[in-house]
Amino acid sequence: MQLNVNGQIHNIDVEPNMPLLWAIREAVGLTGTKYGCGVAQCGACTVYLNGEPVRSCSIAVSAVGSAKITTIEALSKNNTHPVQLAWIALDVPQCGYCQSGQVMAAAALLKKNPKPTDADIDSAMSNVCRCGTYQKIRDGIHVASGQKKLVDVLAQYDATPATRG
Amino acid sequence: MTFNKKNSELDNASRRDFIIKGTLAGGLIIGIGAVPDLAFAQATAPHDHNSPTKYGEAEVNAWVSITPDETVFIRIARSEMGQGTRTGLAQLVTEELECNWKNVKTQSATPGHSLARKRVWGEHGTGGSRGIRISEDYVRRGAAAARMMLLEAAAQQWKVPVSELKVEKGVITHLPTGRKTTYGQVAELASTLNPPDPKSITLRNPRDWKVAGQPYARIDTANKVNGTKVYGIDLQLPGMLCASVKSCPVFGGKLVSYDEAKIKNMRGVKGVVKINDSTVAVVADTWWHANTALNAMPIVWDEGKGASTSQAGIDKMLRDGLNEQGDFWQRKVGDAPAVINESAKKVEAVYYTPYRAHVTMEPMNATVQIKGDRAIAWVPTQNGEGSHAALSEATGIPLGNCEIFKLDSGCGLGRRGSTQDFTTFAAKVAQQFPGIPVKVVWSREEDLTHDYYHPIAMAKMTAGLDAAGNCTGMHIKVAGQSINATLAPAAIKNGKDERQLQGFYENGPDAQLGYTFPTLLTEYVMKNTHVPVGPWRGVNTNQNGIFMECFMDECAKAAGKDPVQFRQALMQSHPKHLGVLNAAAKKADWDKPLPAGTYRGVAQFMGYASYSACVAEVTVQNNVVKVTRLVFALDCGHVVNPYLTREQIEGSVVMALGAIFNPEITVENGRIKQQNLDTYPLLKLAATPKVETVLVPTYDFWGGVGEPTICVVGPAVANAISAAIGRPVRNFPLSKEGLSLA
Repeated sequence: MQLNVNGQIHNIDVEPNMPLLWAIREAVGLTGTKYGCGVAQCGACTVYLNGEPVRSCSIAVSAVGSAKITTIEALSKNNTHPVQLAWIALDVPQCGYCQSGQVMAAAALLKKNPKPTDADIDSAMSNVCRCGTYQKIRDGIHVASGQKKLVDVLAQYDATPATRG
Repeated sequence: MTFNKKNSELDNASRRDFIIKGTLAGGLIIGIGAVPDLAFAQATAPHDHNSPTKYGEAEVNAWVSITPDETVFIRIARSEMGQGTRTGLAQLVTEELECNWKNVKTQSATPGHSLARKRVWGEHGTGGSRGIRISEDYVRRGAAAARMMLLEAAAQQWKVPVSELKVEKGVITHLPTGRKTTYGQVAELASTLNPPDPKSITLRNPRDWKVAGQPYARIDTANKVNGTKVYGIDLQLPGMLCASVKSCPVFGGKLVSYDEAKIKNMRGVKGVVKINDSTVAVVADTWWHANTALNAMPIVWDEGKGASTSQAGIDKMLRDGLNEQGDFWQRKVGDAPAVINESAKKVEAVYYTPYRAHVTMEPMNATVQIKGDRAIAWVPTQNGEGSHAALSEATGIPLGNCEIFKLDSGCGLGRRGSTQDFTTFAAKVAQQFPGIPVKVVWSREEDLTHDYYHPIAMAKMTAGLDAAGNCTGMHIKVAGQSINATLAPAAIKNGKDERQLQGFYENGPDAQLGYTFPTLLTEYVMKNTHVPVGPWRGVNTNQNGIFMECFMDECAKAAGKDPVQFRQALMQSHPKHLGVLNAAAKKADWDKPLPAGTYRGVAQFMGYASYSACVAEVTVQNNVVKVTRLVFALDCGHVVNPYLTREQIEGSVVMALGAIFNPEITVENGRIKQQNLDTYPLLKLAATPKVETVLVPTYDFWGGVGEPTICVVGPAVANAISAAIGRPVRNFPLSKEGLSLA
């Protein structure tokens, strides 16, 4: 079977019913896409199929066909996607485990809707974060979309770019 | 014990094996321009801040090693699971060492290495919000000692008195001549010097801190946003096998038999291992193969007597416990029940809080490799030394021949500390595959149904009020499960378990009750079940905070008094508790009117040596609650990183709000009914209110940060809801009161 992952064709020998998540993690060997629940509830396994975000734990690898799969590892070169930059600048992640999925979901939202409102963010960001980074995720999306200045968001937390070390 | 050669081989071998996959392949262009605002953000993090310490490495002392290129390696013994302890400890060391923060990288002290050096890095355990507060003193002293040795080395090199030297950000200046050198240039000589007399070490006054106390960025964020951070579940070692485990669905039940023949020809399957009397593992080339085969394997269980237990039965046992008479008391001031009975007004309420599961985002896992007479494990753990002991005990290999590589955890929340079942399971499976690293990962279903749950509890609260509405007495009677009964039975003395009354203690420093009641009786009626319970972020402050603070509002209402003023009157001997209450009330404009339809609630409580207060604002329409504002005040004594402290408070809100609104864990036929996140959903972004925090450190103690605030969220929100709907809410989750969260 062939999988087109991050612009590269991978020949993998797997069962057709293997979820795409496990094909990516264990056959292709890219582990940035995470296992959180296996039942499409948490979003830690979010990847893009032809640019659309999907929960890879609940799609059989046989259903993917020649669709282009994009994983977190290929969202940008060198962490330069605005979402990644905002996530780093605001220290959005705590443990970080769900953040591959959060970043992919946020980047997909911004691609569709470059200036999302809070309500848009509420409805688009359904990924689970057990550390509870949601407030910073919201801030991060506002900064990545250019609707809020980093300096203003940091000021809410009594910080400035200069005091961040 | 000689360690050097043998273990440096072990160390190097495992480092070689520690292959990090996840290269950046094929860029993807997204239609958004780069944001100039973010230009300063560090794009890459080439150093893995969790790199293990090295045996035999040149170092100034155990806490600090400096290389000629000026890199300062700071050794961290505590675990990182997102709470920011690594960054905070590195700030404290940098503060006293007076090195350049830009040159700082951290390394992780490994338990085997630490043992070989007589526990030079002290305790590794990272629970109870202790990561910084328990180790700050010896870590800062270690850093100060290193600074003194580096200065002494420069003085020796220049043959000048050390008093003529000054250091700033790792650059040493000889004041009379202006000559300069650097830490990197003198570190080698410094490492040969004797450490200074401990009495000669003076630590900086925290009020004068320049690096600590600042809202510095985490040093370990960059690889969390591009998928390259390697968690335990992501480990890929040469020749590695994977396993999935299943324990008897009913706690205490036994494994009778399994039909290996049915799955042995399934793809990738390498074998089946009976781990213990109630747990079996399937081992395969990949985890998905292992888990698929495990689910297909017929297993016969003897479910045992626990199978007849129902949630209704557990609830009844607790409710009955509230009415039991016996020797349950823990604190007694006067004769509270008698005084309450004779009071002008008697207030009484019964509260209920359920079982809760941890659901760390990364399911339980560990990887173990047995190499001859040695064992190595890679474990996402909150207690490296606990993992070390579990590995040794499970394999029979002496501690000195075991090593643990702690991996940053995808959440800890108390699940990965005192319970080391994941380490034990992986060790038992790996024993059957000598030489081969075996990664054991629990399915989410297994993780959710074989947790050490937040204990279930009920409380009967009774208070008396005099004619003027002053509190005359308080009687707190809690019935519920004991964590110590599951995990530390020796801590229960004469049938009394103080831990379950956390937050009601007479004295600090951990969890002192903030009220002085004229008469007081606290009682704990232990009611254990076959369901294992354990520490869950905030532990027993969660339910005790709800019991105390929801009831305080009921008392205030019965007294016809303002909830803040009613509390203040009882807090005059507890200035720190009072300080945070006042700070939160002020920040939240407690005395100003709210828009029509919006209601307020307040709560204060103490846990983990820190003082917390919260004011919540809510609207309730058709029994749907919207939390519109949450204001916190926290006094944790010293604030090492205010930015990351605020993030911990924001995180505690999400866990606490989920705990009071989302479906609970229940028992059916002796097993946990909820199997996955479809029936045990967690709070999401849309339901999360904006959190405002005011930090009010008093600079005279060291308190925790990760847990303290979680216990005031629930009662503050519940009190606001009660104000809105005009009746008290006492049964959690609040679906039991017919309420849901918007």
